[in-house]
Order: sequence, then C-alpha cells, then structure tokens
Amino acid sequence: MKVLIYGEHRDGQIRKITFENITLTRSLNAPFEVVFIGADIPDAGEQLSRYGAEQVTLVKGSGLEKYSPDGYAKILAQLVQKHEADVLLMGATATGKDLAPRVSAILNAPLATDCTKVELDGDQLRLIRPMYAGKVLANVSLNSGIKIVTVRPNVYSAHENPADAEVREETVEVPDLKTVVKEIISGAKGKLDVTEADIIVSGGRGMKGPENWHLIEELAELLGAATGASRAAVDAGWRPHDEQVGQTGKTVSPTLYVAVGISGAIQHLAGMSSSKYIVAINKDPEAPIFKVADYGIVADLFEVVPKMIEELKKMKN
Amino acid sequence: MNIAVCVKQTPDTETRIKLTEDQKRVDESDINFILNPYDEFAVEQAVRLKEAHGGEVTVISLGPDRVKTAIRTALAMGGDRAIHLKTEKHPDDPLVTAKALASVLKEGNYDLILLGKQAIDDDHNQIPSILGALLDIPAVTVVIKLEVDGNNLTAEREIDGGHEILKFSMPAIIGAQRGLNEPRYPSLKGIMRAKKIQIEEREVALEPEQLKVELLQYPPPKNPGKIVGDSAEAVPELLRLLHEEAKVL
Ligand SMILES: Cc1cc2nc3c(=O)[nH]c(=O)nc-3n(C[C@@H](O)[C@H](O)[C@H](O)COP(=O)(O)OP(=O)(O)OC[C@H]3O[C@@H](n4cnc5c(N)ncnc54)[C@H](O)[C@@H]3O)c2cc1C
Ligand SMILES: Cc1cc2nc3c(=O)[nH]c(=O)nc-3n(C[C@H](O)[C@H](O)[C@H](O)COP(=O)(O)OP(=O)(O)OC[C@H]3O[C@@H](n4cnc5c(N)ncnc54)[C@H](O)[C@@H]3O)c2cc1C
Repeated sequence: MKVLIYGEHRDGQIRKITFENITLTRSLNAPFEVVFIGADIPDAGEQLSRYGAEQVTLVKGSGLEKYSPDGYAKILAQLVQKHEADVLLMGATATGKDLAPRVSAILNAPLATDCTKVELDGDQLRLIRPMYAGKVLANVSLNSGIKIVTVRPNVYSAHENPADAEVREETVEVPDLKTVVKEIISGAKGKLDVTEADIIVSGGRGMKGPENWHLIEELAELLGAATGASRAAVDAGWRPHDEQVGQTGKTVSPTLYVAVGISGAIQHLAGMSSSKYIVAINKDPEAPIFKVADYGIVADLFEVVPKMIEELKKMKN
Repeated sequence: MNIAVCVKQTPDTETRIKLTEDQKRVDESDINFILNPYDEFAVEQAVRLKEAHGGEVTVISLGPDRVKTAIRTALAMGGDRAIHLKTEKHPDDPLVTAKALASVLKEGNYDLILLGKQAIDDDHNQIPSILGALLDIPAVTVVIKLEVDGNNLTAEREIDGGHEILKFSMPAIIGAQRGLNEPRYPSLKGIMRAKKIQIEEREVALEPEQLKVELLQYPPPKNPGKIVGDSAEAVPELLRLLHEEAKVL
C-alpha cells in the first residue's frame, strides 16, 4: 500500500503536520513519498531527512506560488495517479479541508476527514473520526482503489528518525486557474496559530474585558503557548475570530489546554476536548469545564493567573 | 441573480446524541432537528443578494421527509422555491450526497450556489469543495466576506493564522462561515409566506457508497480530574503536577 503525503508549507517553512504524517506513515510500515506543490523550501531535503522521508518531490509550475483551490486540486489528483498511490494522506488543516474534497471528486475516491486514528490491518485502513462535535466516534472504512484521509493536527506527534531524503523537482503543466489567492492577510506576525500549538492558554468571559488579556498573553508567553478564546470573548469583540476555539471556531488537540474563565459549554468542548491535558481555572465549582479538566483550581482567576506567572518566572530563573 | 442554497437538517448542538443498539446509527427519536447553523449564513447571504440584485433563491435539501422542516425555515427567511431530494436517510458518504446535489444544480443554471462550510453532525467539511470539482466552477470555502461586482466576486476566507482574499467570477460556489452576516429570524410574514410555497419533491437514485460507517462509539469517559485547590495557594502544586505527573512542562 503506497502512501502519498501532501506536504504543507507556508513562507518557505514546512508545516508541522507534514512531519506528523510522515511519522504516522512510518509507524504503518507503508512505503511513501512526500509531494509539495508550489513550494520554495531551501532546506527541504535536510528538514525532511530528519523525520525519515526518503522520496520527496517539489512540484513547480507558473502561477503555483500562490494557492489556487481548483489548480492545486487538479495537479494533486494527477500526482496521485502518476505516483500510483493507494492512499493520499493530508492534514485536516485549512488547506487540507479545502483541497482534499476536490481531489476526492476528481478521482471519485472516498475521503475520511479529520481522523484521530489511522491504523493498518492487512490492506485495510482502520480509521476513526469524531462526529457530532466529538460526541460520537465513528469507525469508517473506505472501499475503493484510491483512498483519501486527512488527519487532525497534533493528534500524532512527529518523531525524528533520520533517513536520506532524495529531493526531486518536477515541473508541471498548469491548468487554467479559476480561483487564485490575491492576498494573504496574516494575523499578528510570528503569532502561533492555535491549531498548531502544543500548549494553548484560552480566556473566556470570566476575563471581564480586553484590558485584562495581558494576563493570558503573559502566561502564554511563559509557557510557549498560543492564545485562544471562547466565543463569548470573541463575540464581545475582545479577541479576533481566528482565536476562537469550539464548534464554530477551531478544533484543537494540544498537549496542554489551559481554560481561564471559560464555563465549558458543549460547543466550546467540541473544539478542545481531545486535548491531552486540560487545566481549568474557574471560580464556579459547578462549571462544566471541570468535567473534562484533568486539573482544576476553583478560585478567582485574577488571583490564580498572576500567581502562575510569578511561579513560572521563578522556575525560569 | 439566480441563486441556490443547499441546506442540511442537523441535530441541535445541545442535543444529547444517543446511539442505536447495533451502534450503526444515531437514535433519532429524541433529537431536536434544526437547520444546520452554518446554512443560516448561506441562506441569509442568498436573500440579501436577491434583495440587492433581484432574482430568485432556490432552497435544496437532500434527505428523509423530516428535512422539509429545515427547508421551511430557509423559505421563511426569504427563499422563493424549494427542491426536496428524497432519500431514505442521509448517505454516509459525502461524495454520494454531493453527486446527487450536483446533478440538480447543473440543471438549474445557477449564478451562485451557497452552502454552509460544514454540517455540524457529520462534520465532513466536504460538500462545497466537492461540488466545485464536480461542476468545474470556482468554489471558495470558509468565507467571511463576499463582494459582488457585476459578474466578479471577491471573497475573504479564513485560513490557519490569517485570511486570504480570492477573486473569481460567476457561476461560483461559496461555503459560508460565521461572520459572513447576521442571519435574520424568520418573520411571521415570512413563515406564512413559506407555508404557501409548494416544495418540489424528487426521487433520487444514489450511487453506491464507498465510505461506510462501520461502528459508532461514545468517546471513552475521561478520568475524573483533580481539583488541586480552591485558592491561588494551589498554584505551586498545579505546576508540580503538570511537570511531574503530566510531564507537559
Ligand atoms: C452513522 C451516520 C448517522 C447519520 N445520522 C444523521 C442524522 O442523524 N442526521 C443527519 O442530518 N444526517 C445524518 N447523517 C448524514 C450524512 O451522511 C451526510 O448527509 C453526508 O455525509 C454529507 O456530509 P455532511 O453533511 O457532513 O457534509 P458537509 O460537507 O459538512 O456539509 C457542508 C454543507 O453542504 C450542504 N449539505 C450537506 N448535506 C446536504 C444535504 N443532504 N442536502 C443539501 N445540502 C447539504 C449544507 O449546506 C452543508 O452546510 C448520518 C451519517 C452517518 C454516517
Ligand atoms: C451553534 C452554536 C455554536 C457555538 N460555537 C461556539 C464555539 O465555537 N466556541 C465557544 O467557545 N462557544 C461557542 N458557542 C457558545 C457557547 O454556547 C457559550 O455561550 C460560550 O462558550 C461561553 O463562553 P464562556 O465560557 O467564555 O462564557 P460563560 O459561559 O459566561 O463563562 C464564563 C465563566 O467564567 C467564570 N468566571 C467569571 N469570573 C471569574 C473569575 N473572576 N475567576 C474565575 N472564573 C470566573 C464563570 O464562573 C463562568 O464559568 C456556540 C453556541 C452555539 C449555539
């Protein structure tokens, strides 16, 4: 069973999900190749070697420097066929979510999105994907020649496993592009996105207002974390929507999720309950967040968070 | 402007999901069904575009008889016509749903096809992008802003860590994300008007499904957590646990 891993990149950087998918595929003992479309990654070989990739293809073509949903889909579908892959593996990232269904339609190959478990049993893939916002886990099977799977970021961690990557460049004929990205508006420079972060510190309505968010930011910085927010905080205009965690925001699976002044509504839990460890700080002992929290402190956040900052600073010195 | 909106009926987000005994399906008996929340943004956008540019809004939904309630909600918000693609159940495989929708959409010659970015039950996130490839027209997903200038469209979509602006032209498909607009509540007049609209029913022949749900399970219960303390005094102990027990610091 041959796997083609779609490599994700941004600004010349390979995104973490690519390494996660390499580690996952290695654990399945399946032969694989990694393809990047439109990438300009100076040290691709070196980076990918570290995680054990042996075959890497950088696909170039005029106009491919920027993402085009229809253009990338057509090229990726061709690559799957040309490389005679049985499985196309992608991340359930913004790009993966947009691109994978298009390839599925072009190849008439079924797609299981946002999988949290991928196993191989003989030639059969065993997949688990959450449904109904994580209230149900579904075992799904794909019964077809070519299968497409997207994996939720951060569920599988990337392990280094050195190999010698052979990097080839391939130039392709680019089809008529119907849709092209004209502009990318990045969030604050260097800001870590919640979907990629190992640790997230999120604030909710309990923060009382944007003027108190320096507490979340300071705690996040000490932990090397990204900052998130509940919908209440986003709706109030305290935080940008791209920080919202939950059913109508982002789904995250960090190693550690710290919920500060968040009650833990079902729609919020939908986005973060697959985190490995959850810490809740809330003054209401009945808050539902404590039902999913591994560790909780029932107290005023305005006393607890400054104390955390103080203690972490001590630990650093 | 000739606009289509594809809507799905889904369980209310607050609904407790119960599985059938054979664990193959969700027990629907106690479920409160609603119009998929993301589809409200799609319907709202369609109605606003109709109000600004003239034209007609056709609401399309595939599924069992009960989906008519969701269709009525969309009509009450301002839809003009409706097509119900009758099936026994919602297919497991989104590709099968999308193909059935595509064949109806092709006939309709729509300038714009609006959908929600994802259905909150199966959370596949697939249909808008699949339709783009099947109909071979631009499809832009997770859209939070849409501008129409004659035949040209500019859409802003959310990506990880930022936004993207895309330009394309009609006919096109839009997957709506929260933020695109503020959906209206159906007015009494709208509800009365919706009642009078005849929903066109069509039988659809679905293709065989390649994606199958073999088994549904509840997620394993979480071990009860530890309340470390009830004041800031507990902070050192919390950090110790994170460091030594969870090994995350
Ligand atoms: C075990 C199981 C149980 C299920 N139980 C239920 C259930 O209880 N209730 C239920 O509603 N579904 C149920 N489904 C439904 C399902 O199979 C979907 O219709 C199909 O898989 C499409 O995926 P999606 O809706 O997640 O698509 P997405 O790609 O997430 O949907 C995106 C958008 O596409 C449009 N769309 C999606 N489906 C339709 C449709 N049928 N008609 C018109 N527009 C549509 C909507 O605008 C939607 O916002 C169940 C599926 C399985 C596997
Ligand atoms: C269709 C739909 C989709 C939704 N999608 C999302 C989503 O994606 N993400 C999301 O987050 N929500 C979502 N929601 C909203 C969700 O239902 C909740 O309303 C929201 O999560 C509440 O945010 P919160 O926990 O910050 O606020 P609240 O529920 O008001 O909780 C605030 C908490 O702070 C605590 N607190 C207050 N002061 C202090 C203090 N000084 N010290 C310590 N604790 C304090 C309180 O005890 C309380 O528990 C959605 C709702 C719907 C209907």
